[in-house]
Amino acid sequence: MALLTLDNVSVAYDNQYILKNFHLNIEKGQLISLLGPSGCGKTTTLRLIAGFLEAKDGRFLFDGKDYTRVPVNKRNFGFVFQSYALFPHLSVFDNVAFGLRLRKVDETEVKKRVQQILDVVSLGGFEKRFPKELSGGQRQRVAIARALVIQPDLLLFDEPLSNLDANLRINMRVEIRRIQQELGITTVYVSHDQEECFSISDQVAIMNKGIIEQLDDPATIFKYPKTEFIARFIGFTNFIDFAERTEQDGEIGLRVGDHHFVASKNPGTANPAGKKCAMRPDDLLVTTEEVVDQNMNQLKGSVKVSTFLGRSYQYVVETELGDFTVNQEMETPYKTGQKVNLLFPKDKMVLVD
Amino acid sequence: MQEKNRGLALFTLLVFLFLLGPLIIISFTSFEPGTVLKFPPEGFSWRWYENIFKVEMFLTTFKTSMFVSLLGNLLALVLGIPAAYALSRFSFKGKAALNAVFISPVLIPGIVMGFAMLKYVIIVYHLPIYAGLLVGHTVLMLPFIIRVVASSLSNFDFAIEEAALSLGAGRFATFFKVVLPNIRSGIIAAILIAFLESFNNVDISVFMTGPGVSTLPIQMLTYVENNFDPTIAALSVLLMIITAILMFIIERLMGLSYFTKR
Repeated sequence: MALLTLDNVSVAYDNQYILKNFHLNIEKGQLISLLGPSGCGKTTTLRLIAGFLEAKDGRFLFDGKDYTRVPVNKRNFGFVFQSYALFPHLSVFDNVAFGLRLRKVDETEVKKRVQQILDVVSLGGFEKRFPKELSGGQRQRVAIARALVIQPDLLLFDEPLSNLDANLRINMRVEIRRIQQELGITTVYVSHDQEECFSISDQVAIMNKGIIEQLDDPATIFKYPKTEFIARFIGFTNFIDFAERTEQDGEIGLRVGDHHFVASKNPGTANPAGKKCAMRPDDLLVTTEEVVDQNMNQLKGSVKVSTFLGRSYQYVVETELGDFTVNQEMETPYKTGQKVNLLFPKDKMVLVD
Repeated sequence: MQEKNRGLALFTLLVFLFLLGPLIIISFTSFEPGTVLKFPPEGFSWRWYENIFKVEMFLTTFKTSMFVSLLGNLLALVLGIPAAYALSRFSFKGKAALNAVFISPVLIPGIVMGFAMLKYVIIVYHLPIYAGLLVGHTVLMLPFIIRVVASSLSNFDFAIEEAALSLGAGRFATFFKVVLPNIRSGIIAAILIAFLESFNNVDISVFMTGPGVSTLPIQMLTYVENNFDPTIAALSVLLMIITAILMFIIERLMGLSYFTKR
């Protein structure tokens, strides 16, 4: 039984649906990220869970109880904002103590718990400072401490690192993952940064136009995207739209026009409706030689553009099935206009919706 | 390095003289020992300052003025802070129009406002003079309160409000514990500037006062019509000092540029 369930939820502004018939289950103790381009509904989902927004239809269940109409201040969820949203008129100590004092916690207990949590976020000794006297990273840690100290049932992050510079972002995301695992707290994390989500999450939900297109662990999504949108989002640039798909000798036969391709069976080709093939530029090969290899599909073409990328060269190869992008490490590059053979490894072909 | 320009310096000096001249003259004449206003004064005396406190009507009307300005201020705050909050926090249909309406008393000449108040508040609703005066001054102060409070709310990050909510504070606790403390200096400035507007107001008061009830500025006008001694000059100096002190506090709190920026 999942800890959190969004069941058939819809959210709309002025009759414009942001989420429609939305479903999501989150297991206890997991860190799940919602990833997607701006406007995909990820922040709406988070704000719905937090209680800042109300669902138009559907139910929100938490720990077996109906939370749909429970107001924000009665939910006991910690929320970390993109802008940190610290109280400017309060010191670090009072910022963190805010939630405890509202809960009428005894002042000596407040002191103890605030100290404890400030140590967890490595901010011991900063109690008397005010938010404006802190750096961005320190502010974000105060915000995290403030959300954690109330011992929330759920921790919510809204793009918490997007206002920090690149190095700090990497440190902070390791920090967030460490704290989350140390305390074993169920967490929902929203970001538009793919690397950030993949590096810290147990599960990633990739959202597009108000629906979750895929919910899987990061490695599975990275290798086996389910839809063309996800494939493009995570760096698959080559696509072939096949007309026909057949089963043959434990493999999948694909045809478009006179071109016959074969794909191996794996989780990436399990989708029985998938006829569109996606491939990463790193998985294709370019060669000028005739190749006889049972594990490769072949397509003739010519080099249209060649770009130097440092470690490798990037080619755009023109073929009867359109242009393909290939990254390949080599000493001397092929020239523009040169006739080449494009090789598609059978086991790297992913079939998407 | 700034360029020096003697012509411009002289011009600036003349402008200041033109602006401050009357005030300086009034200040000097207030020390005149004789019974008629004169410049330059023919001696030095505190006589007319003492006289202020001997004219009973000054004290009575001062009390009225204080009462109307302070209570009206309170009413305007109670109405104005929520209005300013709503105008900054939410977007809704007709917001721009509402903004314009709230600011309009500043733009409409006081005499028009006063006459309108007389015709539609006093005459239609038969309000007692005191109540009418209070309503008039509340309306007079409201736009200043809204304008200044809204302006300090425009720097307020409303995510802070959501943070308080998520930590367990209700709507009211959030407003009093998080929003108010962060716009406190704005509210104090609003109180002071509205107070000055109201306390020194003549053009609305003149319509709203009546037999037995008057404000200090109106009483001063009446006094000048009948007497030509320097009492009014002395009183003016006192009022200038009070105003200067209040302006100094406002400047300290948020800077006067607050009221000139758009």
